[in-house]
Amino acid sequence: MDPQPVLEVVGAQLRFAGDTALSDVDFRMFPGEVHSLMGENGAGKSTMIKAITGAIRLDAGSISIDGNPVSFSTPAAAQRAGIRTVYQEIDLLPNLTVAENVMLGREPRRLGFIDWRATRRAAREALRQVGLELDPDSLLSSHSLAVQQLVAIARAISTELRILILDEPTSSLDQDEVAELFGVIRELKSRGVAILFVSHFLEQVYEICDRVTVLRNGSMVGEYLTTELLRIDLVQKMLGRDIAELDPETRSTAPLPESDRRVVLSAVDVGRAHRIQQTSVDLLAGEVLGMAGLLGSGRTELARILSGVDPTETGRLSYEGKQRHFAEPREALAVGVAYSSEDRKHEGIIGELSVRENILLALQAEQGWVRRIARRRQDELTASWIEALDIRPANPEHPAGLLSGGNQQKVMLARLLALAPRVLVLDEPTRGIDVGAKIEVQRLISDLAATGMSVVFISAELEEVLRVSDRILVLRDRRAVAELDPETLTVDMLLAIVAKAETDE
Amino acid sequence: MSAATPATGTALSSLRKLIQRRVSWLPVGAALLILILMFVAGQSYFGRFLTPRLLSSLLVDNAYLVVLAAGMTFVILTGGIDLSVGAVMAFTGMLAAKLLSTGVPTGVVIPLMIASGAVFGLVIGVLVNYFDVQPFIASLAGMFLARGLCFVVSLEAVQVKDTTVLGLQSTKLGTFEWYITPTGIIALLVIVVAAWVLGYTRFGRTVYAIGGNEQSARLMGLPVARTKVLVYVISGVCAGIAGLLFTAYTAAGYSLNGIGTELDTIASVVIGGTLLAGGSGYVIGSLVGVLVYGVIKVAITFLGADSSWTRITIGILLLVFVVVQRVLVARGSRR
Amino acid sequence: MRRVLKNRLLWPIGALVALVVVNAISRPSFLSITVRDGELYGSFIDILRNSAPLMLVALGMTLVIATRGIDLSVGAQMAISGAVALTIIKDSPTPNSLSTIAVAVLAGVALTLLFGLWNGFLVAVLGIQPIIATLVLMLAGRGIALLITGGFITTINSTPYAFMSQGYALGFPFAFFVSLGAIVIVSLVVRRTALGVLTESVGINPTASRLAGVRARSITWSLYGLSGLLAGFAGILYSSNIMAADANNAGINIELDAILAVVLGGTSLAGGKFTIAGTVVGVFIIQTLTSTITFLGVPPAVTPVFKALVVIIVCLSQSRRVRQWVRQLWQRLRPAADAKTTATPTQGAVA
Repeated sequence: MDPQPVLEVVGAQLRFAGDTALSDVDFRMFPGEVHSLMGENGAGKSTMIKAITGAIRLDAGSISIDGNPVSFSTPAAAQRAGIRTVYQEIDLLPNLTVAENVMLGREPRRLGFIDWRATRRAAREALRQVGLELDPDSLLSSHSLAVQQLVAIARAISTELRILILDEPTSSLDQDEVAELFGVIRELKSRGVAILFVSHFLEQVYEICDRVTVLRNGSMVGEYLTTELLRIDLVQKMLGRDIAELDPETRSTAPLPESDRRVVLSAVDVGRAHRIQQTSVDLLAGEVLGMAGLLGSGRTELARILSGVDPTETGRLSYEGKQRHFAEPREALAVGVAYSSEDRKHEGIIGELSVRENILLALQAEQGWVRRIARRRQDELTASWIEALDIRPANPEHPAGLLSGGNQQKVMLARLLALAPRVLVLDEPTRGIDVGAKIEVQRLISDLAATGMSVVFISAELEEVLRVSDRILVLRDRRAVAELDPETLTVDMLLAIVAKAETDE
Repeated sequence: MSAATPATGTALSSLRKLIQRRVSWLPVGAALLILILMFVAGQSYFGRFLTPRLLSSLLVDNAYLVVLAAGMTFVILTGGIDLSVGAVMAFTGMLAAKLLSTGVPTGVVIPLMIASGAVFGLVIGVLVNYFDVQPFIASLAGMFLARGLCFVVSLEAVQVKDTTVLGLQSTKLGTFEWYITPTGIIALLVIVVAAWVLGYTRFGRTVYAIGGNEQSARLMGLPVARTKVLVYVISGVCAGIAGLLFTAYTAAGYSLNGIGTELDTIASVVIGGTLLAGGSGYVIGSLVGVLVYGVIKVAITFLGADSSWTRITIGILLLVFVVVQRVLVARGSRR
Repeated sequence: MRRVLKNRLLWPIGALVALVVVNAISRPSFLSITVRDGELYGSFIDILRNSAPLMLVALGMTLVIATRGIDLSVGAQMAISGAVALTIIKDSPTPNSLSTIAVAVLAGVALTLLFGLWNGFLVAVLGIQPIIATLVLMLAGRGIALLITGGFITTINSTPYAFMSQGYALGFPFAFFVSLGAIVIVSLVVRRTALGVLTESVGINPTASRLAGVRARSITWSLYGLSGLLAGFAGILYSSNIMAADANNAGINIELDAILAVVLGGTSLAGGKFTIAGTVVGVFIIQTLTSTITFLGVPPAVTPVFKALVVIIVCLSQSRRVRQWVRQLWQRLRPAADAKTTATPTQGAVA
């Protein structure tokens, strides 16, 4: 039997403003073991971490340490219990020195005043443990992200440590630095520390982790030993496949004849440091280009470059044969390239404005503030979009923030479609919406492509990508690894390519 | 790993290392340079500008502002702002003048001034921290409250005849040329204590941490809430002390004292190199900032120009510093 | 529609009505309006007249706040426009000619428009925090006004200039028509063009607005310009009322009154949705409050105490913590079974 877990969460439950973030999730960690939480966007990983570290409180469920129930009201309380966290966004203080970042809040004192000499010495010692030899008096901001990441780990391990949580610690590290980090993790493991390692990189998970817990849409899929779980099974569990048989053929009809295949958007060696490596891709008129890849594969980053939201650092982007440099999304919209973000709440819907105002926002912005769209025309347009996309409730004056996820997505689509774009880049338009709405969105995409619009479609659900796309670009580890024809593919084949290990190639 | 390389050890690299380590002192250096340049320019333009008497009066005449700036530095370091200091200073001065005139002993009045300043700070701090009121609005309410209460105490100016209080300003220690008053000593003492607290206590370092990134500081388990309230209390205490110094200076409590002083204070702190976004700056810099302010005031008197030029010059200096800060921060975040 | 009224304007109007009722009970003369030579007089009319400068400033402030900004320099800008206008009139050989006055007024507001655009440049282009960016002008502005007047309080004699705030037209104070005109023009500009909705969208969600192609920068920039322009007119009215350009006292603390009026009217300091009607009500609340305090025999100088209390109450009522307390108290007061059904608010949204 397993030994007693050091940390055990049972029946975790949490809702945010009506959305379920966690529902009945169990999770446990054992001393001297590395555990990984796996899941896509919105699976509930960060929520779970926040609950364990005292950043938020669960609505229901219990957390216990060494079998004793605990309830952390603040991160400080969790830290007193020996739980340390290194967050994905480095939560250190760039304005202070390295020594302070390691020791802040626990500086050795003499007569109530900080003993800086002892502080530096202790910091140097902690840094040495993670293999860093650097001037403790240098400012944190003068070091690279990788070094900062290691400083954060040094801070975490220089204390009474029972549980170490590493939330995507490797996303800014290169190969050697990852190796260094893994050395530190193994050392801690041998000391009996329980480690939670969250990463998008499957190889890393398989290399360092003993156990994984898979979450999907806030629910628990299961807990497995890494040695007993095939990589392909893991990915499948993460992505799920619930709606496979509902609507077998959504893809646009026969592909256009070869002569009509005009390149609309062409990207040559576009990329951004630490985000997406140099990639080249062409987008043809009237096609749906699917992008398949796990979270962190670079799919969103590539989509944002293609649609002019983030400027590319390398290579060039041309639209209709003309080289373009988009400094603002507005410029891309002006030539007919529209982007719909995966983050509906922060980058899509203007929550307090009505459905009508949301739908007409981009059109109005394009016309400029002086030429207001006449109210009659606004009502007509809104009514037609509400009907065309079946937005419910069909009330144009309803605040958009109160709509369900699927209807918010439709409002965002209507906003972009009202511009009659030539290229539509949709980043996870079907995430977090129910099955019926999903099918509708898929069908809409096919219809749009049939009218000659080029669509880039991103989804974590491979069936969906396969069904909707005319061509599929697979991304892995921040680069494009394959371009496939869905006609010749099955979901399992695609799954295998998406999940494939670096070493297998 | 991009570790430091102590082995090279050439003079150049150690100089670079020194600059890199002390990069946060650069703005203070810039302020000091401005101060020196102003001295030099004044001396060469007016001939008899840079005298011991002027240097002495620079500190003595601006002692209250030095104290206010010290308190404000704490608040701005956390990324907040305290607009109430001028009004609170006026209120504590008014209160003291009134109490002294009714025969309350000095030994009771002075602690009471400081305590009432602290209460104002506490109210603002609680509003900011526990009720998510923007610092600017909360301290604005404090400003209104203090200014209005001044008039509740008395509508007229109240003379102060208490010898202990007046002695703080009139006692001149030192020679005829080089002198200092107890108010000056108090101001310097406040600076030393403030610098010590910021540099050598966990509380002080938490102040910097909050200014660097409040969320991170909280996740690191630092006592963010307590610290955020306390900085406003410190600023209030400083306003109380400044009230004492200002009363000694003007020998009266008057409700319209210190109107606009909060702006002078903020400008001095910013000119002294403290980042308005928080997280970087030094009390010593704020002292230099006040001295710069003082020299501008004196120079404009020397020029015989309209005193309104003081505010304009300060405004322009503030602007230059804010824009430079903005550029530096933008550069930093790009990296 | 009922809900909109309930959320947005009910409370401000309720507060205003309550103030009026308190006044009417404690001094019946408050409600009386007398007619003399075809001109109306009375407390109400005073409020209409005296609120004009604050009204102009608060209208501009509403729009600036909607962009998540703030304009602290409005008081200083009032001093500047008054100083410019009065200096021109004083130096003119014909202080009573309408063309002199027109030139003076235009010069005054043109300058503050420029200063407003300057603020907007600092905020929208350089990205400096609005509080700080406008603090610069708040600090230097009065100095500039003093320079214009040469350090003195410029006084003039000009009947037509005085008319602007002291005169009557159609039985009402002319200043009332100025503020009415400003309300109408601003409402039209904001709601008859798309400026209003685009401003709200920038204030609510800047990132999403940028992705939708909204020109956030130029909108923000021009709104600071508008705020400067309106502050300029407010400064003209103020100086016309006292027939003097007092660089130190013109519009002193008006930025605070304006912010208070905007917040009382129901526009959140966090930016986004704004209401011009709410601000108008807010201005009347503040003016009535001032009038009430004066009537109660409290020296006008103590008024800030009451304003401070109003600010604190309003801020507390907007604070999440207090709302939570109220909700908890509410639930505890209701029967347990009832509370259970209300614990999970349904959103009425259809998936």
